[in-house]
Amino acid sequence: MTTSPILLLDNVSRVHGHDETAVRALDGVTLRVHAGELVAVMGPSGSGKSTLLNLAGGLDQPTVGQVFVEGADVGAMSMRDLAALRRRSLGFVFQDFNLIPSLTAAENVALPLELDGLRVRKARRIALDALEAVGIADLADRYPEHMSGGQQQRVAIARALVGNRRLVLADEPTGALDSQTGEAVLRVLRSRCDAGAGGLLVTHEARHAAWADRVVFLRDGVVVDSTGTPPGPESLLDSVGTI
Amino acid sequence: MSIRRGLLALLAQEPMYGAQLRSEFESRTGGTWPLNVGQVYTTLARLERDGLVEAAGGADDEGRIGYRLTDQGRAEVQRWWTAPVDRGDTPRDELVIKLALAVTVPGVDVQRLVQTQRTATLRHLQDLTKLKRASSEEAGGRNELAWFLVLDNLVFAAEAEIRWLDHVESRLAREATRAPEVRTRDTESSFDDQSSKRASR
Ligand SMILES: Nc1ncnc2c1ncn2[C@@H]1O[C@H](COP(=O)(O)OP(=O)(O)OP(=O)(O)O)[C@@H](O)[C@H]1O
Ligand SMILES: [Mg+2]
Repeated sequence: MTTSPILLLDNVSRVHGHDETAVRALDGVTLRVHAGELVAVMGPSGSGKSTLLNLAGGLDQPTVGQVFVEGADVGAMSMRDLAALRRRSLGFVFQDFNLIPSLTAAENVALPLELDGLRVRKARRIALDALEAVGIADLADRYPEHMSGGQQQRVAIARALVGNRRLVLADEPTGALDSQTGEAVLRVLRSRCDAGAGGLLVTHEARHAAWADRVVFLRDGVVVDSTGTPPGPESLLDSVGTI
Repeated sequence: MSIRRGLLALLAQEPMYGAQLRSEFESRTGGTWPLNVGQVYTTLARLERDGLVEAAGGADDEGRIGYRLTDQGRAEVQRWWTAPVDRGDTPRDELVIKLALAVTVPGVDVQRLVQTQRTATLRHLQDLTKLKRASSEEAGGRNELAWFLVLDNLVFAAEAEIRWLDHVESRLAREATRAPEVRTRDTESSFDDQSSKRASR
């Protein structure tokens, strides 16, 4: 493939703290996510998954190495450019949903669009579509405190998916969801990637990771394995034969 | 198939008699797969025919014959440790047996084994998910629904296997910090003397 990746982590390391308290959360990780590709990251607690995602989203800086989003060096960006990048190109679903409590579900989802200059009514219409896609259109005018954990999570996902985000980063987006809803969320994420976005998904659940084209295994800050390139049609037929 | 491989793995540790193989196999797999002596000797005979094991000297005073691995047998065991258990042609019990033996036989990179298996199982899970993707949720009637439920059953089974592997991995990591020497065992002494030590445990 000759196209440049939407996300490139180039040999990044991240050390938290100093000297004897130093924790090497990531150690020389290189990872590419191309347009149309969904990559899942799995690994035990503390293996560096959230650290990886925060670096990819420009929320944290690597100690060593560089992060590129759509070819631009995130470390070299001004605060303003970085903020614009996060608003326009990046969708982020946090491990704790990070909704704004004084805004309704629809307003939370519409906020990044409005900040980007969209008219309020247009932004609301897009927000309602996004809420519909994650199955909570009827909760559009509720405030986060009046929603269950799973419902709040779906609002956070809708917010990460609205607009033309080129890169969607999701940290355990299905944590508080039942299996049906979790799968619905994965379908939405998948179709967003099929439509050309790049996706990076952290999850503990293999069932959800399996929606990705590639699954990367982290342990102690190092990539220890990967399912490699997605299987071709031949191996698909093989697997049908064996079930 | 897994019994055959299991016996080979035990012989990789040290030569043994048939009866000894049987009790070792059973004790290491927690008695979950009882073997009868006949099964063990039939398997040994086939392994000998296939050139994977050979008699270690003649019969002793009690008429027992010890078996040991040939080079070919040793290579076969090595392949078993490094390749993931194949989903197509063996029951999943093989994976459980393989792990039970791997943690007791010295020199096996169990962490690597777990990771290799997990990646293989995740690939299988990806294939299943592709099939789900290919058929749309809404379209189709009862047959489509039935197909979905069948797929989901396979998906949940594969996921359970991966969760179990995760659990094995963290369990082993904890074990390693608690007793780093737990897996080293004396493999130098003769098999007679090993079996008596084990019997007294
Ligand atoms: N701000 C911080 N200061 C110090 N250490 C940190 C900090 N953030 C993370 N760490 C450490 O870095 C390592 C990786 O943390 P990280 O949050 O990336 O793990 P994770 O894989 O996301 O785990 P989980 O599955 O529990 O969410 C851990 O050992 C953690 O304690
Ligand atoms: Mg985390």
